[in-house]
Amino acid sequence: MTELINSLAQGVLIGGLYALFAAGLSLVFGIMRVVNLAHGDLIVTGSFMTFATVSMLGLPLWLAVLIVLPMMGLLGYVLQRGLLNHTIGTDVLPPLLVTFGISIILQNGLLQIFTADNRKLDFGAIEVMSLQMGPVAMGWYAILVFAVAVATIYGLQFLSYRTRLGRVLRATTDDPEVARVMGVRTDHVFGIAMAIALVICGIAAILFAAWTSFTPLSGPSRLLIAFEVVVIGGIGSIWGTLAGGITLGVAQALGGYLDPAWQTLAGHIVFVIILALRPAGILGGRR
Amino acid sequence: MSGYSITRISRYHYAVGPALLLVLAALIALPGFADKATLRLATEMAGYMALAIMWNLLAGYAGVMSIGQQAFVGAGGYAIFMLAGSAGLPLIPSVVAAGVIAAALAIPVGYILFRLNGAYFAIGSWVIAEIFLLITAQSDRLGAGSGLSFPTAVAKTFGKSDERAALFWWIALAVAVVAIATAYLWLRSSRGLALTAMRDDESAAAGLGVDVVRNKFAVFLLAAAIAGMVGAVLFLGKLRISPTSAYDINEWTASIIFIVVIGGIGRLEGAIIGTLVFFGLRSYLADFGSYYLMALGVIAIVMMLKMPKGLWGFVYDRTGIEIFPMRRNIVRSGEGRP
Repeated sequence: MTELINSLAQGVLIGGLYALFAAGLSLVFGIMRVVNLAHGDLIVTGSFMTFATVSMLGLPLWLAVLIVLPMMGLLGYVLQRGLLNHTIGTDVLPPLLVTFGISIILQNGLLQIFTADNRKLDFGAIEVMSLQMGPVAMGWYAILVFAVAVATIYGLQFLSYRTRLGRVLRATTDDPEVARVMGVRTDHVFGIAMAIALVICGIAAILFAAWTSFTPLSGPSRLLIAFEVVVIGGIGSIWGTLAGGITLGVAQALGGYLDPAWQTLAGHIVFVIILALRPAGILGGRR
Repeated sequence: MSGYSITRISRYHYAVGPALLLVLAALIALPGFADKATLRLATEMAGYMALAIMWNLLAGYAGVMSIGQQAFVGAGGYAIFMLAGSAGLPLIPSVVAAGVIAAALAIPVGYILFRLNGAYFAIGSWVIAEIFLLITAQSDRLGAGSGLSFPTAVAKTFGKSDERAALFWWIALAVAVVAIATAYLWLRSSRGLALTAMRDDESAAAGLGVDVVRNKFAVFLLAAAIAGMVGAVLFLGKLRISPTSAYDINEWTASIIFIVVIGGIGRLEGAIIGTLVFFGLRSYLADFGSYYLMALGVIAIVMMLKMPKGLWGFVYDRTGIEIFPMRRNIVRSGEGRP
């Protein structure tokens, strides 16, 4: 029983991380109507950037964060303005195919630079310390990850509803044409949105790099998690990503508790069930 | 008599038909003059071409962007190992049954996936393929994670090694011909008109009475059936199947997308040209490993941005030539064909 509660608690906490994976995807979809198939590979790219600065250059973690996050943001802006903006239109095919191409380029580029070896970052003592609450033990690192995730999502919420930039982003989400008429430079806004999405990816990438090991080919599984979270939580809902993340995390934990081989499958199956029963997602449906 | 009529045939099409038959005859006779390695390559090409034709029909006409076709390729592969391999059923009916099984699996899959539209359908289909992979890897009857080998005793009943290669080639050729013929006839029928209307404007087509989801679903089932048969024949050739090879997204979907994008999306001929280009590139560049795949990614992106209609679209826009006539031409009757 204790073991079950422990794994459920772990599931809730990793749900925060999953929400971070999803928040960027959701933001990009909301504003540009583009599903970025390279999303997972961009997260893995962030993990490798962190790995390169910490493990290969030997820089301290705080400095790595200060390097990786701006670089991810810049990458997002350049990618959007240089490439993805040229694919946006009424047809869904070009952006999908181009991001699929980016995904293949990133995977193989990372393979070429970093080989297929498993990598993991080591954050030291915090990874093994745990908080004992009665029978339940929760790792401090997992709690930290969850807290960062909630803070990031709160930050995104704040940005969307309390700032000028957020107003511009929401206006562009509602109707890019009208926003353009009102003097919004939508090309630039799209770039900024992708930059924000990739900074969130970067946060997730750094946290995930120490959570479990990763390889250049880990991207697709991250993409699928992000996507499932977005659909479970309800497309376009910021707090929905947290609900979706926790649902998926708990489903995987429960599956893994029954049989370790069922962990990933349980997540996929919960996704399919929710899709069949409640296509608008848990927090969706108020449209 | 004066007046106008509509025809799809141009004068040169009277030569195209016989030419196609000649090519087909040469392909059927291929085992007479080609060695085993060439036959295997040709078998693979026929399989990829059939997949590309179907993916083109899905994405280029029906607007169904699936990146989970490997689910049905893999299911077909496993089906043939169980039916012809373990159960020892006759080969050709087993290949057909593999297609039927794949299409049957596509019914519940489609029921769930068609709730998602556009881009979300794409990733949803990928999730389904992952579910297929994970369930297969859990199933002891299907050899779990390590997969199955085709029983040698059964394989021997198909003849010696080069006789087998010829047999598999003919099956693959038949599947490819069926794929092209079905796609062509489908597109020329009233269903095809509906598909073309959907491709141009989905809401407008729906407004004119086209049942959009029903049409998409029908194409999805057809594509699944063909994918199942392709999986059956290609894994027969390998005599070995495992979950990761059966449900490999790079092999069964990424390459196919590349073929369609290069050849020309929304044109039947594109899949054929694309297959030739893809296998040409592969034979010269595959040794470069990662760099080769990166190059494919770059080529696909550049094509999508600079030449979105692909190679055949480029040719078609300049010459108007069609191997499989689709375009309607207006001719004045009494003047003969243009």
